Amino acid sequence: MAHVHGLRCRECGREYDVAPIFTCEWCFGPLEVAYDYDAIRAATSREKIAAGPLSIWRYADLLPSDRNPAVDLGAGFTPLVRADRLAAELGLGEVWIKNDTVNPTNSFKDRVTSVALSKALEFGFKVAACASTGNLANSVAAHAAHAGLRSFVFIPANLEQGKIVTTAVYGGNVVAIDGNYDAVNRLCAELAGSYPWAFVNVNVRTYYAEGSKTLAFETAEQLGWEAPDHVVVPIASGSLLTKIRKGFDELHKVGLLDDEPAIRVSGAQAEGCSPVARAWLDNVDTIKPVKPDTIAKSLAIGNPADGYFALDAVRQTGGGLAAVTDDEIVDAMKLLARTEGIFAETAGGVTIATLKRLAAEGIVRSDERVVAYVTGHGLKTLDAVEPTVGPTAVISPTLDAFHEAFPPADLERA
Amino acid sequence: MSVTIRIPTQLRELSGGAAEVDAEGATVADVLKDLEAKHAGFQERLFDDNGELRRFVNVFVADEDIRFLDGVNTDVADGATVSIIPAVAGG
Repeated sequence: MAHVHGLRCRECGREYDVAPIFTCEWCFGPLEVAYDYDAIRAATSREKIAAGPLSIWRYADLLPSDRNPAVDLGAGFTPLVRADRLAAELGLGEVWIKNDTVNPTNSFKDRVTSVALSKALEFGFKVAACASTGNLANSVAAHAAHAGLRSFVFIPANLEQGKIVTTAVYGGNVVAIDGNYDAVNRLCAELAGSYPWAFVNVNVRTYYAEGSKTLAFETAEQLGWEAPDHVVVPIASGSLLTKIRKGFDELHKVGLLDDEPAIRVSGAQAEGCSPVARAWLDNVDTIKPVKPDTIAKSLAIGNPADGYFALDAVRQTGGGLAAVTDDEIVDAMKLLARTEGIFAETAGGVTIATLKRLAAEGIVRSDERVVAYVTGHGLKTLDAVEPTVGPTAVISPTLDAFHEAFPPADLERA
Repeated sequence: MSVTIRIPTQLRELSGGAAEVDAEGATVADVLKDLEAKHAGFQERLFDDNGELRRFVNVFVADEDIRFLDGVNTDVADGATVSIIPAVAGG
């Protein structure tokens, strides 16, 4: 169950009662849920969690919704896969992939949607909505269908076909906007003020964001209640990175992790949309918004709401940031697939390309236990790899044709 | 120049509930000063103690973030819309 004091502004500290609000009325800073950690410490235990559902809801004591049953398609408790072949190729010692491609709608967004819509039902909302670069749209449309809610999802019209179809199939309203994601989000911010709808990443965002902590909770539980040394997380708004860090810290606060985590947190961005990485690389304090231009559309947020918090987290923990090119992204998608059998979307390519770059730079070290978060399935962004991936040979159904394509001598050597 | 300022939900208590306020001025700074003159209280919500726009306050002139333009010194055209919007979240 939820052990929540209220809400608090991360920028100025002002406090608010639990309500569907997301920005501080004073300074516009983002709000976050303030928990009663003593109550959580008393209520939770490793045993209780182990006996819980095989989903994010095993961590219900650390989540802000009381809704029972939760709006739940089974998000979370995804595989933490040891990636020895990838590690070897990158010159690293121990790499794990947190494989969120296997969620109900194939991205980590199912975690945050499950929390957001559960809370939305507690507030009495009847319509689910969101602004999305694709993965959230899929997730909200699916969860709304499962809960019997009407839905309105707003997306940029130039999204990958796969993401549009995999959202529309659930039968809700899909509104394709002639503009980039930032423009879509602006429209939704205005609509959220006019319609009594639960925009999961606008007016319900404060609760929604908490779902991301479960990536940290699971990582620790799956490592035998230990924290990794270094994590690599993709940055769109910056929320995921900050919540993963918060998740590990909370586990210690409530007694689930014995030692205070000293995890180095690194962030991954595409060069074509790298406002946070740019500030780190240039060693400045101000994040300049950009106009996104990258194949990594799920990370294409030019003015990230949690950018400053993500930058602070990286600096404070001694992590790093990289801005990787579109070519590096595609190569990294194929590298992960080839070495570990995991097919990630472009955001996953950004993460693995960043891991590769930071390893080469010595920022991710070979003596560290590293976890890289792969947030979405490659099926969502097929067009990124389609140009350079296909059959090894196309031949007639004859032995001769096969031997010509694959000379026996070559086959023996392989 | 006469512009229309779009007020976000969070600040409508200051504008008497109005979603839009007409204002005069040559630049964003000017029209925001006029907004303060018409409805006291906006100044301290939008600007910090150093007189800078608070970092989570986004201002758009005709759908363009002023950070891509001239900041608060951005000129505003007659009939333009100036929007005050909280920072963008992910999805």
